Amino acid sequence: MKRINDMKKLLLLFLLTGPGLYLPLVAQERYFTKTGHISFFSKAPLEDIVAHNREVVSLVDFKTGEMVFTVPMRAFQFRKSLMQQHFNENYIESDKYPKAYFRGKVNNIAAVNLAADNTYKVLVEGTLTIHGVAKPIRTEGTFQVKGGQVTGRSTFTVAPADYDITIPLLVREHIAKTIDITVDMLYKPFQGNL
Amino acid sequence: MSRLVLCYGWMLGWLLSASAVVAQDDLMALAEAQDSAAEQVVGGTFKSTRLVNGHTVETNGSHALLFLISHRFGTVNSGAYNLFGLDQATIRLGLEYGITDNFTVGVGRSSLEKTYDGFVKYKLLQQKSPGAQMPVTLTLFSSMALTTLRRQNPEQDFPFAGRLTYTHQLLLARKFSERLSVQLAPTLVHRNMVATGQDENNVYAFGAGGRYKLTKRTSVNAEYFYMLPGATADSFVNVLSLGADIETGGHVFQLIFTNAQGMVEKFFIPQNQGTWASGDIYFGFNISRMFHLGGKKEW
Repeated sequence: MKRINDMKKLLLLFLLTGPGLYLPLVAQERYFTKTGHISFFSKAPLEDIVAHNREVVSLVDFKTGEMVFTVPMRAFQFRKSLMQQHFNENYIESDKYPKAYFRGKVNNIAAVNLAADNTYKVLVEGTLTIHGVAKPIRTEGTFQVKGGQVTGRSTFTVAPADYDITIPLLVREHIAKTIDITVDMLYKPFQGNL
Repeated sequence: MSRLVLCYGWMLGWLLSASAVVAQDDLMALAEAQDSAAEQVVGGTFKSTRLVNGHTVETNGSHALLFLISHRFGTVNSGAYNLFGLDQATIRLGLEYGITDNFTVGVGRSSLEKTYDGFVKYKLLQQKSPGAQMPVTLTLFSSMALTTLRRQNPEQDFPFAGRLTYTHQLLLARKFSERLSVQLAPTLVHRNMVATGQDENNVYAFGAGGRYKLTKRTSVNAEYFYMLPGATADSFVNVLSLGADIETGGHVFQLIFTNAQGMVEKFFIPQNQGTWASGDIYFGFNISRMFHLGGKKEW
């Protein structure tokens, strides 16, 4: 009789821990944002161009190191409205390619301890898709853990020509050969379907 | 029995949580689901604020100043002696300024009848991508034109009010694809004073037109204004215009063939006499240049 009672207790434990323990584990290791900030800077002889996007969606899984970004291209804001129009219509072709994507991995994710407030250097590798063209990319960045939130930062450069973005001769002095990209994401724990 | 219930409960719990985990497995799918791209505006319906003769739904961005030079030569059928119209020219110089992204004011001066015009243009609705329930862009347009041409016989002169004409337009456009945009333009032209007793003060017209992009920076455009039946529609000809847009940086060049000589609504909608069939076609162009004055400080 005592044995059966023990079995019952054990089963009860399984019942509680089975679904109960697993979900929080998933939730705690995935962090996300949908108001991430990406800006780019083009420095050319005739003008400097800056644009900001504050509608970037990104998720990081701190267990596996997986990392994704989706970037709505029409959300890039320029100081001059005509630049924004040309960016969307002539260069990025936002109707055809509405989003840029990054899918990759944080190589040294084990180094990041979510329980300890600190800034961790990480190396990110993956595939960046802009204008429908996917290219491998590798960059350094940091994760700053603070009070349950994580700020991810990185800067890197891309060349428009690598992504089949052609710049006509006439405006070649206006647009840089390589564009500096700054990524600034404030991640919060992902709580399932938000 | 109770063990069986517990067992079922445990399995069910695992199954539920497992299915939830599977559904969330792909991070990219999760990111796509959070994305706001479904609500993005559909911009760049047209390259210019003019389709051919008439306005498009496009307004200037805030702080953007557009300098527009419009030019029409004489009719193509005027013969080799006049170099097929190139000896003759009418011109309109215009400035348009974006007070906000959706509100533009403009002024212009046409050599034809020495006419000054001013207009306001407000973009009321902006087309958004499929998810966002806004299939069209709607812009309201109102203009006033003042003819300052002196009468040859001063005794025949008429009061100041008689020199004024008003135009009101609803511009409704949809960008169907990256290449194709179509616009409808119900129009009222009100003339305070008309030339003859038969002519109408109010002329209602229905405009329709569109553009088809050939490359990223060039397009062909067409535009037609149909005057609703009336005395004016009986004695004048509807305007048909064809054009090509070429965009180079801050400029847009528009090459134009049309059977209207004037470049403001009061000329090109209700008072054309020549038809395409008889070769009364005016060749012309619009050249626009965009200047940015200031612009957003924080963005």
